[in-house]
Amino acid sequence: MDQLIQLVEATQQRSDIPEVRPGDTVRIQLKVIEGEKERLQAYEGVVIGDKGMGASKTITVRKISHGVGVERIIPINSPNVESVTVVRNGKARRAKLFYLRKRTGKAALKVKERKSASAQA
Amino acid sequence: MGAILGKKIGMTRLYNDKREAVPCTVIQAGPCYVTQVKSTAKDGYDAYQLGFGERDEKKVSKPLAGHYKKAGKNPGYILSEVSKSLIPEELAAGATVPVDIFKEGDKIDVLGVTKGKGFAGVVKRHNFGGGSRTHGQSDRLRAPGSVGGSSDPSRTFKGTRMAGRMGGENKTVQNLVIVKVMPESNIIVVKGAVPGPKNSYVKIVSTTK
Repeated sequence: MDQLIQLVEATQQRSDIPEVRPGDTVRIQLKVIEGEKERLQAYEGVVIGDKGMGASKTITVRKISHGVGVERIIPINSPNVESVTVVRNGKARRAKLFYLRKRTGKAALKVKERKSASAQA
Repeated sequence: MGAILGKKIGMTRLYNDKREAVPCTVIQAGPCYVTQVKSTAKDGYDAYQLGFGERDEKKVSKPLAGHYKKAGKNPGYILSEVSKSLIPEELAAGATVPVDIFKEGDKIDVLGVTKGKGFAGVVKRHNFGGGSRTHGQSDRLRAPGSVGGSSDPSRTFKGTRMAGRMGGENKTVQNLVIVKVMPESNIIVVKGAVPGPKNSYVKIVSTTK
């Protein structure tokens, strides 16, 4: 990416967002505006892919809600994201975990655990 | 009011006050300078001639290099005239046009040369629908269809839209909004797309609408 674009994006890139990798289970607090009021809504699931970089980076988070698979694409530098916490580090051998879509039941969101970031590297 | 020359760097997205993602184009607008001041007395009209960019002195003809030298500048890339009324302050030849001549929220027009598409068919060039894929058709998918009657009028009308060279022409995108101005790094960020590929030169002027 061009340096000048990075310079522009740096004004909006958030430092409070942890590094998230495909396979990780994340919990995201999203700001939701209902009428006049604003509240937080939690969304937790497995990251099955990421896209882009810099301020425009997005992650796709999949979860099973009442037996139905739900995927949300979340722009992680968006001001609508209150916080992102990594609940569990997953060990994925590919960048996009689309194979999870075909799974059902208990195995639906099963990703091996990654011990720690340093042990992995 | 303002006018400046710049180089298209690329696109990204930024979030606005309403937390919406806005598609943006980053333009490096400067250092842009005045190469010549045209006056009614001498040239019959008032205008500033602006220059921008860098070019190897060897690759510039001597008369052109001399023209830059008059303004005390090394040869640059583009020369473009803008009406004197567009620039609020009086500038002399060699003076830099400040990037903060524009402010956030200003409406502008951006002029540039569009991406060349080469010899393009009618589907791409004129948004024709093309033919049917089914119903026994073959080789008609992107065909233009009929270009005129046979015995009457027995010719193809002038101006009938056909395949041909597309792109690489001057285009103006009107009424774009400036999202951000970064004077210390000569950057102007504009909402939406501007004509041309990355690293192409564009001219930014205050909108006339």
